[in-house]
Amino acid sequence: MPLLEVSGLVRRFGGVTAVGGVDLSVEEGRLVSVIGPNGAGKTTLFNLITGLDRPDEGKVSFDGADITGFAPEKLAHLRLARTFQHGRVFANLSVLGNVLVGAHARLRAARPRLPVLGALGELALALIQPGSVRREEAALRAEALAIIARFGERLLPRQDQPAYSLSYANRRRVEIARALALSPRLLLLDEPTAGMNQTETAEMQALIAELKASGLTILLIEHKLDMVMSLSDEVVVMDDGKVIARGLPQAVRHDPAVIEAYLGHREVGGGAAEKALAEAAE
Amino acid sequence: MSETTAPVPLLELDKVNTFYGPVQVHFDLSLTVPKGEIVSLLGGNASGKSTTMKIILGLLKPQSGTVRFAGEDIGALQTPQIIRRGIGSVPEARRLFPDMSVRENLLMGAFTRTDKQAVAHDLDWVLTLFPKLGQRLAQRAGTLSGGEQQMVAMARALMGRPKLICMDEPTMGLSPLFVDRVLELIAAINREGVTIFMVEQNASLALQIAHRGYVLQTGRIVLEGKAADLLVDARIRDAYLGGAEAA
Amino acid sequence: MTSWLDHTINGLIVGNIYALLAVGLALIFGVSRLINFAHGSVYVVGAYIGWVAVAHLHTPLPVTILLVAAGSALLGLLIERFGLRPLQGSTKIAPLLATIGISFVLDQIVQIVFTPDPRALPSQLPDWRFQIGGGTIGALDILIAAIGFTSAVLLFGFLRFTKLGWAVRATAQDRDAARQMGVDVDQVNRIVFAIASALGGLSGLLVGMYYNYIDPAMSFQATLKGVVAEVVGGVGNIPGAIVGSLILGLVESYGIALLGTSYRNLFAFILLVVILVLRPNGLFASKRQLPPEPLTGTFIAPSKPVPLPTPALLAALAVAAVLPLVIAQPYLLQTLTNAWLYALLGISLTLIAGTVGQISLGHAALLAIGGYTSALLTLDLGVPVGLSILAAGFVAAGLGTLLAWPAFRLRGHYVTIATLAIGEIVSLAILNWESLTRGPIGVFGIPPISLFGYPIESARAVYWFTLAILAVLAALQLRLLRSHLGRAWRAVRDDDVAARSYGIALDRYKALAFITGGFAAGISGGVTSHLYSFINHETFNAQLSILALTIVILGGMGNVFGAIVGSVLLIGLPEVFRVAAEYRVLIYGLVLLLLIRFRPQGLFGTV
Repeated sequence: MPLLEVSGLVRRFGGVTAVGGVDLSVEEGRLVSVIGPNGAGKTTLFNLITGLDRPDEGKVSFDGADITGFAPEKLAHLRLARTFQHGRVFANLSVLGNVLVGAHARLRAARPRLPVLGALGELALALIQPGSVRREEAALRAEALAIIARFGERLLPRQDQPAYSLSYANRRRVEIARALALSPRLLLLDEPTAGMNQTETAEMQALIAELKASGLTILLIEHKLDMVMSLSDEVVVMDDGKVIARGLPQAVRHDPAVIEAYLGHREVGGGAAEKALAEAAE
Repeated sequence: MSETTAPVPLLELDKVNTFYGPVQVHFDLSLTVPKGEIVSLLGGNASGKSTTMKIILGLLKPQSGTVRFAGEDIGALQTPQIIRRGIGSVPEARRLFPDMSVRENLLMGAFTRTDKQAVAHDLDWVLTLFPKLGQRLAQRAGTLSGGEQQMVAMARALMGRPKLICMDEPTMGLSPLFVDRVLELIAAINREGVTIFMVEQNASLALQIAHRGYVLQTGRIVLEGKAADLLVDARIRDAYLGGAEAA
Repeated sequence: MTSWLDHTINGLIVGNIYALLAVGLALIFGVSRLINFAHGSVYVVGAYIGWVAVAHLHTPLPVTILLVAAGSALLGLLIERFGLRPLQGSTKIAPLLATIGISFVLDQIVQIVFTPDPRALPSQLPDWRFQIGGGTIGALDILIAAIGFTSAVLLFGFLRFTKLGWAVRATAQDRDAARQMGVDVDQVNRIVFAIASALGGLSGLLVGMYYNYIDPAMSFQATLKGVVAEVVGGVGNIPGAIVGSLILGLVESYGIALLGTSYRNLFAFILLVVILVLRPNGLFASKRQLPPEPLTGTFIAPSKPVPLPTPALLAALAVAAVLPLVIAQPYLLQTLTNAWLYALLGISLTLIAGTVGQISLGHAALLAIGGYTSALLTLDLGVPVGLSILAAGFVAAGLGTLLAWPAFRLRGHYVTIATLAIGEIVSLAILNWESLTRGPIGVFGIPPISLFGYPIESARAVYWFTLAILAVLAALQLRLLRSHLGRAWRAVRDDDVAARSYGIALDRYKALAFITGGFAAGISGGVTSHLYSFINHETFNAQLSILALTIVILGGMGNVFGAIVGSVLLIGLPEVFRVAAEYRVLIYGLVLLLLIRFRPQGLFGTV
């Protein structure tokens, strides 16, 4: 049984169909990439899976259970973690604070039990701070620091700096660190290397490979193709809201439909481009 | 035109440095758009492409550096003044006025113009370039499909009779069929004598209609040259697609 | 049956007046995504221009109307130029807070110039009425309907057929795209403020004539009514604003017919909260759309907070504690006691508005709940005073959280409007629920403070008592802020979408913040009631809520120590310098404006 299964997902905005009937499944321990040009509907698909948007049609299941339309906070408790395309960090929280928020759903002190009493209990625990709460907090803090340390010199020296002062690339790293703090069962990465140069991209690729090797299940949106090709067990190609190809990286890479939609056309219809180029040369 | 004369620069960015708060987006960005050409600025997401567009249109002011249009420093001008100098814009994600009709959207493109009769004439002219829009004139722009919206956005920019049109990812979110159509139209607009500066993610697409290209990576130009040369340059994929050998 | 027709006519006429207000608010919201809280002040200024024209200049009606429209339009231009334009590019809630400051300043100036006393504004029309069916219509009714109708037609023509009108519509639909078409959006802003203010001023004139009564205090109600009508119709939707206004007018008119005049505003605010919760995009919004992003954003400036080490805080507390031994004048001690009570309100609001980012403008309601709880428990049930104050904290925490619940699912400006309305609902409930609260008479003879039977009556004892409460609650709040709760609260403030994605259920954590904050505010209200020995529904009014917000912004949002210092400065200094009461409010308004403009992070920065 796949860990994540998406079937027939549709989302329309006004006259535009952003996602038009997408099927997708991710087996446990695998890394599946979604590629496609900007505006193909990849991020909308992520939002539909992670509960930030509700589909007009279709179904999302996680670990066999229907999670269509679940609120994001509920999905976090199922340990489904995501990063955001534009780096939604908590600007006034430190790097460490951001990562600790990632572990929020794991806190025993914050578990939702009874609707009202659970919340009051949480308040009481935060006020009294008994030994168990302090130990849990200390353990999480140590774990968060270990996660930050995986990003080495990029984040470790900045652990107490507010996130608003970080570079774009570092915000992306904080996002991934925050997601890891949830110890996710499924990790959704939305363009983790956007805004990174080649060296930084290579670092990120190594990190994702490491995460995959440790058994983490990952759904990845990415534009950098050689990264996608080397990391993925399966590649799903989207264009104009639909899946136009899927399969092993090697197969997808040579699929003419993919080359056409994603990598560009060898010949633009009617040879207008050639004409334009010819004119320019005159 | 003799082959030896250097092309006349219509738009020039010189050592532009831009910041969002404490974070630097552009590092000494310089580029030139010669008159009459199509120039593509290529790069991945968050490379600083769209910010370049904002700088040219005056929506964002750089910390340092100059922006010249037709020889004039436009760095201190406000967006409406820059538009009046003869720059048209096709914004990212089209940005039509959703509750206005297609006709009203097109006429908004001619907002800075006072020559009413010429505007009416240009509306006819634009509709010959985009014949499909003729049947949609009364429809609310927000109800159009993505491809149709892109047509309106381009036609709207043309209505200002600009010397230069800046296009931000004009093929974004379009079905492959429309992508072709849009690229053809861009080439056609260029043949009408309008210089075009377009920001694109899809390199091979953009370079096929462009004369020159620049590749932007984390705020720096890492590659530039004639489109025909860049098309066959392996480094271009390295630069932002990450070196895939496909296609 | 006859009366129903009268009520309908009355409702439509009043609705027409509201429409003049609401259309202006919708226009302004359309182009600048701003809910203009200074709109009621323009309305008051319009009414007073009319009064000067009629009573002193004896102008004929058409000239009066022109004077009012022109004067109000000019005021609108000034507000736009000096109050709002400098805030371009700052956080989204900053202009909204600025309009609140502007409205404070304008209302106080009107009050200082014309005195707070009401004045008669005679209609200059013949006093005839004629019968239709079972009801009657007067000349003034027809004038109001005519002005409403003419304005709507002119506005429609302007928006539909003029180039500038197109620019206004384009700017409202997509400001950036409009700029890229060459539209000067600053000019559009000016035009819109001028038109909206002219309509608002006219509305003030017409209301004044309709009731033959004007006073400076009607500003706040006018703003609220306009906002209600606008929200009912969908913010920024001009036809919606007109329909919303007529609905509001009818609802009020029928409500009064059923239950009496004092319920009028209650209906308006309940309507507002219901609409905000059920259909936040208004009655006429199209189906499910992407969430309206422009309304998000809190008033948090990225800043490095000034860190205050614990020893410094303890030293400050020690100084405050020994002060009564040094200072002899009871007056000074009373002033500082007052400051501690405001500081309790301040730490409450700095948690909710600063740490969690929910800019609440109904915070005085928590004081009122606390005050009434403690007063009524001691008087009616004989509960000892100390215990009653503790109960006041718990009741304010619980009831306050329940009342604020509808606002939890809202974001940005909507939170501010909803909390303002909820605050007004509490005040009106106190006014109308006579069997419990003694209604407009208020509660007399509230016993002084005592603890375990020992009276706490001397200025010194009261000082220590309030200081001790403040120190304990502030310390507890700091403790919470350092726990995982503090982290979760700040995460909600900085990015509620990302926070939800990491398991932070917004309702739960906002509720916990309101419980914590409600407790401190309730205690403050409870103690206050025993110090005053008399409270009524106006003791804890909306001005207090805004003063609390000023205190909190002055100290630095979310900053517990900052809220205390802010309170000492804003409550203590005017008292020490014996500033007359009407100038005090003026100062508060100016301080708020200057802070938003020049130091949004406050004295000690955001934490």
